[in-house]
Parts: sequence; C-alpha cells; structure tokens
Amino acid sequence: MKPGSKTDGLHLDAISIGLHGRTLLCLSAVVRPGDVLTVMGPSGSGKSALLAYLGGFLDPVFTANGRLSIDGSDLTGIPAENRRCGLLFQDPLLFPHLSVGGNLLFGLTPSIARHSQRRRMVEQALVDVELQGFFDRDPATLSGGQKARVALQRVMLSAPRFLLLDEPFSKLDSDLRQQTRTLIFSTAKAAGLPVILVTHDIADAEAAGGRVVVIGEETGR
Amino acid sequence: MVTRRIFITMALLFPLVLSNIGVARATDAANWDQVLADARDETVYFNAWGGSENINAYIRWAGDEVKSRYGVTVVQVKLDDTAKAVTTVLAEKSAGRDSHGSVDLIWINGENFAAMKRQGLLFSPDWATKLPNWSLVDIDNQPTTTRDFTIPTEGLESPWGAAKLVFFYDEARTAEKDLPDSAKDLLSFARAHPGRFSYPQPPDFIGSSFLKQVLTELIADPEKLQKPIDDATFEADVAPLFAYLDQLHPLLWRKGKAFPQNYPDMKQRLADGELDIIFAFNPAEASAGIAAGELPDTVRSFVFSKGTLGNTHFVGIPYNANAKAGALVLANFLLSPEAQMRKQDPKIWGDPTVLAVKKLPEKDRTAFAALDLGAATLLPEQLGPALAEPHPDWMTRIEAEWIKRYGAAN
Amino acid sequence: MTRRFVVSGFVLALVSLPVLAGLAGTIGPAFGYLPAIGGNSFTFEHFATLAAQPHLMRSSMVSLTAGIVATSVSLIMVMLFTAGYAGTRMFSRIQHMVSPLLAVPHAAAAFGLAFLVAPSGLAMRLVSPGLTGYTSPPDWLVPQDPLGLTMIIGLVAKEMPFLFLVTLAALPQVPLAQTRHMTANLGYGRIRGFLIASWPLLYRQIRLPVFAVLAYASSVVDMAMILGPALPAPLPVRLTQWMADSDLRMRFLASAGALLQLVLTMAAMAFWLIAERAGAFVLKRMSGSGIRQPDDRTIRRIACAAMAVSAAFVFLGLLVLFMWSVAGLWPFPSLLPHYITLQPWMRAFPQAVAPVVTTITLAGASATAALLLAIGLLWQDDLRAGDALRFVLYLPLIVPQLCFVFGLQILGLALGLEASFLLLIFVHLIFVLPYVVLSLSQPWQAFDRRYETVAAGLGKSPLQILLRVRLPMLTRACLTAFAVGFAVSAGLYLPTLLIGAGRMVTITTEAVALSAGGDRRTIGVYTLLQTLVPFIGFLIASLVPHLLFRDRRAMRI
Repeated sequence: MKPGSKTDGLHLDAISIGLHGRTLLCLSAVVRPGDVLTVMGPSGSGKSALLAYLGGFLDPVFTANGRLSIDGSDLTGIPAENRRCGLLFQDPLLFPHLSVGGNLLFGLTPSIARHSQRRRMVEQALVDVELQGFFDRDPATLSGGQKARVALQRVMLSAPRFLLLDEPFSKLDSDLRQQTRTLIFSTAKAAGLPVILVTHDIADAEAAGGRVVVIGEETGR
Repeated sequence: MVTRRIFITMALLFPLVLSNIGVARATDAANWDQVLADARDETVYFNAWGGSENINAYIRWAGDEVKSRYGVTVVQVKLDDTAKAVTTVLAEKSAGRDSHGSVDLIWINGENFAAMKRQGLLFSPDWATKLPNWSLVDIDNQPTTTRDFTIPTEGLESPWGAAKLVFFYDEARTAEKDLPDSAKDLLSFARAHPGRFSYPQPPDFIGSSFLKQVLTELIADPEKLQKPIDDATFEADVAPLFAYLDQLHPLLWRKGKAFPQNYPDMKQRLADGELDIIFAFNPAEASAGIAAGELPDTVRSFVFSKGTLGNTHFVGIPYNANAKAGALVLANFLLSPEAQMRKQDPKIWGDPTVLAVKKLPEKDRTAFAALDLGAATLLPEQLGPALAEPHPDWMTRIEAEWIKRYGAAN
Repeated sequence: MTRRFVVSGFVLALVSLPVLAGLAGTIGPAFGYLPAIGGNSFTFEHFATLAAQPHLMRSSMVSLTAGIVATSVSLIMVMLFTAGYAGTRMFSRIQHMVSPLLAVPHAAAAFGLAFLVAPSGLAMRLVSPGLTGYTSPPDWLVPQDPLGLTMIIGLVAKEMPFLFLVTLAALPQVPLAQTRHMTANLGYGRIRGFLIASWPLLYRQIRLPVFAVLAYASSVVDMAMILGPALPAPLPVRLTQWMADSDLRMRFLASAGALLQLVLTMAAMAFWLIAERAGAFVLKRMSGSGIRQPDDRTIRRIACAAMAVSAAFVFLGLLVLFMWSVAGLWPFPSLLPHYITLQPWMRAFPQAVAPVVTTITLAGASATAALLLAIGLLWQDDLRAGDALRFVLYLPLIVPQLCFVFGLQILGLALGLEASFLLLIFVHLIFVLPYVVLSLSQPWQAFDRRYETVAAGLGKSPLQILLRVRLPMLTRACLTAFAVGFAVSAGLYLPTLLIGAGRMVTITTEAVALSAGGDRRTIGVYTLLQTLVPFIGFLIASLVPHLLFRDRRAMRI
C-alpha cells in the first residue's frame, strides 16, 4: 500500500477561531495534493490554534467554527486519532523510551499486520532517509538532522491524509534547515499529500512555493 | 456448567457448615480430652503486653511447644497497654459479635480483670480450677492466686506468675547503709540526694504500685484497703499519702515536673546515672538487665523489711473467644512445672513461680532449687513479707486524685 | 464526560464515606449512644465529664499552640528558603538532603531527637565532662518540657520536608525566573521580590497541604508521646489513653474528647484563615511601601541554616538510634558504647521478619491501588476540573485521624467486617491516595503534551497513548509516587492498630508497642527497621528506571 492515496485536496471552509469572544482568524482555502499552504503571522495571532483545530486537539477555551474536509469526507468533529493527519513540530519529539525502530513501528499503520513485513518496511523507511542500520539506536544519541528525518518517516509510515507542520525547521541551523525542508516537501509531493505549514520565517514560505496566507491584523512590525 | 452448579451449591452450604461449627457444644475444661481434641488446629490470639523482648521470646517458645505437642498455633498480639485488648472485646460486644471474637487469651490482672469481670466480658463459669495443672498452684501461701487485687478470681482467670515490688541501686554509687527501709526513709533519702529518685508517672502500673506501697505504709487503718472505698472517709484516708507526696515531689528527679515513662525508662536512667534508686515488680529484673548489658554489674536489690507489695498476674479468656479450647490448652501449659521453671530462670524471664514447689515431683523440685538466680537477685527467703494489693477501687481513685493534684506541673 | 464521572465519583465515595461514617461512629457515643455498655439515651453528660477533667484546658492549649507554631515555623522556613535560593545550586543541594526525610517515620524522628538532646543524650556526651564538668547527666527537663518546645522542633523537622516537597511540586507552575528578573530590575532583593510577586501564587498551590500539616500537628499522638510534655500530656495523648482505658465507661468520655479534638483542630484552622488574611495585608503593605531591601543575605543565610540544621537533627538522630541498636553497656558520659554487640538485632530478627513482610505486602498493595487510581484521576483531568475533588482527597488528612478511625472500627464491626487484610488495605488506601496524587500530579502536568498530539496524529487511541507513550515516559514519576505511597502506608500507626485489630502487625505497630518498653536498644533496632522499609521503596524507584531503560539515555535523567 502506498501511503497517502490521491485526494482532491484539503478543504478549509470558512474556518474561524475565537478566544474570549474575540475572533482571532477567519480562513477559507483549498490545498491540492502535493501543494503547500503557508500560514504566517505574529505570535498570538492564532497560528497554533488553527493548527490545533485542524489536528483535532484544540483547547476547549477556544471557540471554533467552519468545516474541514478531505477528499470529500468531513473531518470536523472527528477525534484526532481518526483524522490521519501527520504532525511535525519544531522538536522531533521522538519517544525517548523507544528505540529508533520502535518509534517507527509505533508510527506504522496497523493495517500492516505481519511482523516481518512491518520490520521490513521500517528498515526500508530508514534506508530512504540514509539511516540504514539505525533500527536499534537510542534516539537520544542522534544528531538534530537525524532526529528530524526519523520524525518525518514516523509520520509518513502512519499513512497520513495530510500534513500539518508547526515551524518544523526553526530549531535547525541554516544548512540543515535547507536539507530538511527539501526532504519534507519532496516527500510530501511524492506522496501527493496536502500540506499546511505554519511559520514566521519567510524563507520557509519561499521554499514551500505555495500560497501564503498572513493572519493577524499586522503584517509586519 | 457442572462445576458452576457445584460451586453454587458449595457457596450455599458454606454458611450452614459455619453455623454448625458455631453451635457446637460449649467448651468445658472439666472434659479435658474433649478440650485437647477441639484445640487441635486452632489458632490462639494471645493478647499480651509486648514491651519486653525476653518475655516475647518466652511466649514464642511456649507457642512452639503447644504447637508441637497439641497442634495449637499461638500468635502473640503485642500490646503496649493491656487495656487495648479489653477495648477490643468491648467493641466486639457493642457490635453484637458474641462469638468468633478476635481475642482468645489475655495477659491480665488488677483493674483490667475487675473491669472485664464487671462487664461480663470473660469466659465463664469457673474454668481455671478445672485445668489439670491447677492442683500444683500455691494457693495456700500465695493468696493472691485466687484474689486478684482483693477481687475473687472465681476461676475466671488462671495464675501465670508472681510479682513482688523490689528496689535496685548501684553499689558503685550508693552505699548499702544509706538505703531506705521504708517509705518514710525514702523521703529522707530524697532529701539527702535531691533529684536522684522518681517513680513512673501514674497510671503506669509500676508508678501506681508505688503510690499503693506508700499508702499501705501510711494509712491509719490498712484494713480499709481491702474493701471498696468509703467515700465519706476517703479524703482523710489518703491525706497522709498526699502529704507525703507533697514533700517528696520537689526532691524528685526533674523536681517532679516530669516522671519516667515506665520501669524500662527508670532502668535506663539508673544506667545513665540520673537515678540512684529504682524499683520493679520482678525480682530478677536487675540480673536480667546486667546480663543484657543494660545495667552495670554493680547493681544490687533490696526490699523494705516491713514488706512490699506482692501480686499475681493471670491469663483470662474473653466470653466471645474464637479458640476457647486452644486458649485452655495454652493456659494449662503455662502452668506446667516446665513452663514455670523456664519463666523463673533469670536468663529467660526471671518471674517467680505461682506453683507450690513442694507439691511438685522430686525431679522438678531439684530443678527449681538448682536455678541460678544471679548475683543481683534476692533469694525467695530474702524477699520479705508481701503486702496485699488494695481493692482496685483505690488504684483508680488514687490515680485520678494524683492527676488532679500533680497533672499540671509548672 | 461519563467516563470522567466514574473514576472521580468512585474516589469521592471511597475517600469521603469512611471519613463521614467514622465521624458518625464517634459522635454517637459522645452524645451517649453506645448500646453495648448501656448508652441508649441522648445526653450532654459526657461533655460535662470531659469539662471536669483536670487540666483539660492546658492539654488543649499545648496541642493547639504546638500545631500552629510548628506549622508556621515550617512554612516560614520553606518560604524564606525558597525565596532566597530557588534556582541556585544550594537549592538542589538542600533538596537532595531534605527529600529522603519524608521517608523517615515520625516515631523514628522523634526518638532520634530525644536520644540526641536529652540531658544524657549524644549532644551532652559530646561536651561532657570536658566542657561542662558533668559526670552524671544534669537534671534538665528536656524533652517533655512544659511548653512543648522539643515537640515543636520534632514536628518542624518532620513537616518541613513535606511542605518543602509540595512547594517544589508547585514551583513549575509559577514563572519564577522571569518574575525574579523583573523584580531584580526594579531593584528588589531576592526575598522581598519573591514574597511580593511569586509567593501569593505559590501559596495558593500548597494551601491544602498546609492545612493538612496544621491538622496533623495539632492532633499528633506518637511524637507528642515521645517529645511532648507529660504533665499534663497534650490532648491527643490523653485521648488515646481514654480510648484504651480499662474502665469501659471511659469510651463515652473518649468520644466526647475526640469531638473536642475536632473543634480544636477547626479552631487552629480558623486561626490560620485569619493569619492568611493578616499575611496578605502585610504583603500588600510591603509591596505598596516601595522599600526594596536589596541586601537580604542575613535572612537568606538564616533560612538556609535552619533548613540544614533541622535536616541534620533527623540524620544525627538516626545515627544515635543506630549506635544504641548495637550498644553494649553505654553509661554517661561515655561518647561511645563500651562495647559493640549485635545481640539486640539478633534477638529482634526472628520476630521482625513477619511484620516486615506484612508491612511490605500492605504498603505494596495500597500504594499500587493508589497509583492506579491516581493515574485514572490525572488521565481524566479530574483534578483540574474541580476543587471539590481535591478537597475531598485531602479530607482524611484534614480531619484528625483520632476523630474518625475509632468510629470506623466500631462501624466495621457492626457491619460484621472481619479484621481482614483487604479491609486494612482499603483503609490504608484512603491515607495513601492523597500523597500519591500529590506526588504524581506535578510531573504529570509538566509532561510535554505534544508527544500525545504526535501519537494521536499517528492514529493511536487515548488509551493506547496512555499505555504506550505517557506511562512509559513517566516511569520514574510513577515509581516515585509509588514509593511515597509505600512510605506513608508503612508509617501508619493508629489506623493499622485499630482496623487491624492488633492482628495485622506491621513494623510500625511493632515499633510503637516495643517503645512502650522504653528500652533504647530495642527502640533503636525497630525504628531503624521502620525507616529502612520505606527506603527500599525509594531505592526501587531510583534503580528500576536504570535497569529498564539501560539503553535510553533520555530516560535515565
């Protein structure tokens, strides 16, 4: 099974998020498979709330309206674990109690049941990001770039329908940032996944190459 | 399915089986063979003060013996205060638990016995005099084996050991000629050596016994102590005692603003050099303390020539005990020459026996005679006359009076 | 929502019902109702008897003041020390010194202190006869001094670590570093800045534990017995004596006394509420005055010294206990025993095995049950949801044990409940649960929730996330919470004695029973055993993560 079968894209339908009666943002957009929608804005503008809403883990203090659907199926109100949305944060968040391979097996979709096949797929995923032989490694011993690649593969193995990226490059130094960006965007494109990227770095937006939405009243300081 | 039905049947039958056990014929000490048969496989929860390691070890030995001889398991429930066991039985009675009680045997005497007897909390009627070993008890020379603090025991408790008030001192610090020979002498001693004497704070058993010793010596008419208190004359009766204490207290250790907790506390303070004279209800305590390295080997014993208090301690069975037969077997074993001799051995416990040694078979008599009581222990003939314990009323009232007068030291 | 209700409702009933039922079982006899000994009618007579008890007022006042003073001193020490040192290396040094003290049972700490400061104690031996010329101990009234000062010192030495640890747990929820930068920029000294800007927030977090300390200190039995004044003894000690009096009619008096104890503890709390107001007012004046007090080194050093000294008291006390446990003849003023003997240990060992096993089983079972319940509560976020539950959780700590455990015993018997091991585990659970929740909730709340978000994004259900992500990552925190619960259970005296009906003998009931004998060697052996057993729990908590995650660097910190 190829992760992420073709969809006609992610539909954000008049999504608005408010806090204490104040509307933070309103947004409608369509993200086609392989495309990247970049959301920019100053801190406090509701970027993270938007991401949380799309991922299905918005804190109940926020009020949210609007519809989210993918490939025609409605995701609004579906619990996070059933959305199949891949998340990448600025920290790789590899589970410290599991090995590198354990992290990937944890991510790998349960639709692959046979033990040997699961192991094979994980090994292959490691080879794909030039980490062959890392299966039994302790994640704490990896470099920043290696961790980022493991985190990406963990998400990809879970067969997501779309990706949400929360400033995933901000903690990497500039060389690594360039490489990682390229890897993530090309992987998403190859898999045909719609991507929503939240960032405050204009270079990220440029590298993503898709539409850029700026939220919050002010566009610059 | 079948197993399930069996299970249900068993579950239904189980309470019936239990209640059958419950209504089994009453335990009767006169039918000793039946007692032995019933006792097998019973577990006896023996509620006994647990503050002394050598006594606990003795009880463990007795438990092992009745286990191997009669198949009775003994578990010592160690109390810091015997009254707790009385409390337990009362709580069970108040909850309507008239059988399968949690206490099977209590180490008891004095006011605890009086309270349980008064409340009907004891197994009755008379069982103690029906025990096979009762015939060996020294009822003639030790009247306290049948009258517990003047209350007739009526066979509701079985004697276990004798006790006699004995004083100890360190001959390295105190000369024998300075030792007091009466309560009055003791006051002079305290005047000459302020801060070097005290007694455990009532209602500690030993402390209250000291008050009774003084009262017995000072009261105008000692006969009154054998009867319940006469409220009309009580004030006058105890006036000499409290006049004595009023003089004594400023001369005591800590000027009477604090008192030792109990005998072991006094023993420690004799060893520390804080106290010069202490006392216990067990004549062998000093020797045992020396053997254990708790007291220097220069400690010796003395008594008042006109006599000191003596009494007997017992074991009793609650009315709702679960293992009455087992408790009877244990009580009888504790009275056996073998157990009593071990009890008198100062290396093990050092408590004088309640048996009449002359009634024993030749072999046991020689063994008793051969016991080495230790240098610090007075021989039985040196212990002096035994003064009878007052009626329990006195102890309760004197304790209350004491607390009223001295309960708040400034 | 319904799932949430199940666990919190269960805990609510589990904790509050026994407390309320126990109170009822005490109140009945206080007003004359105890049919077993002829109490069938409603009467105030027993309160009159109570009022007629000699020196009742003084007993009550000693308890009340000792409770308030010990709580205030402990809290002020912790407050000033945190103010002066939070975030410094000294802070973590003291933290490491103080934390193990939580596992030292009250009785052990009290005996250690007594053996240290008594006129014949180690302190006096150190300077005698060299400096003092004493060849026999001076006739000083310590411990058991009439004002209860030794008892207060003992209480502070034991309650300060508890308050310090709950403060530590609350610290991450207060933006301490930023606030300090801010107040420092404005020219405020460390302590004054902390008191004005951070303390009010922090205090709100630790308020319930402070009340628990107040309730405990104003109704303590074992420490008061060992260190407190004897003439008259503090009310809880006399109460315990009445409860155990052989004159069965004393039960009415004891119940009336238990109600007085309840009123006394409530009075202490009322006083505390007023003191809180006063404190808030003072703080307001302090911040309004604008005084900076930039140099507070003296206060800081005093606070630090007080923490270190009170911890040292307990450690030295344990050392003296150890020395006595192996001492042969050891007369005053010898600094060391004349010879060393293992006899006290050899004699105690065969008897101690069974109680140790019982203690470990009981503590293991109740701490495990408490841990599972705590995880359930935290997982469903119940604690954040309602203050009511938090309060109920603290109920067994805020209502003095004396006031409801006895009533509970009567009730258990009335219901025909045998003194079973299960029942005892249940009663222990009531006391253990709050400490376990307290210990676990801080690391639980500090957990980086994004791990769970990531896992949810990978398609894992909440239960899978709990079992495969959160709990494994919180292994150490869970084990520590377990160890805390284990220590609490192992140290419980009164409930074990009353509910276990003397048949379930733990190392603690054994230690207190033997201490009635007053033999320092036996006390030394048993109090050390009593201290060692909880330490095993903490040892496991610190070793297991190392074994389990030998190859996971991030899990071993």
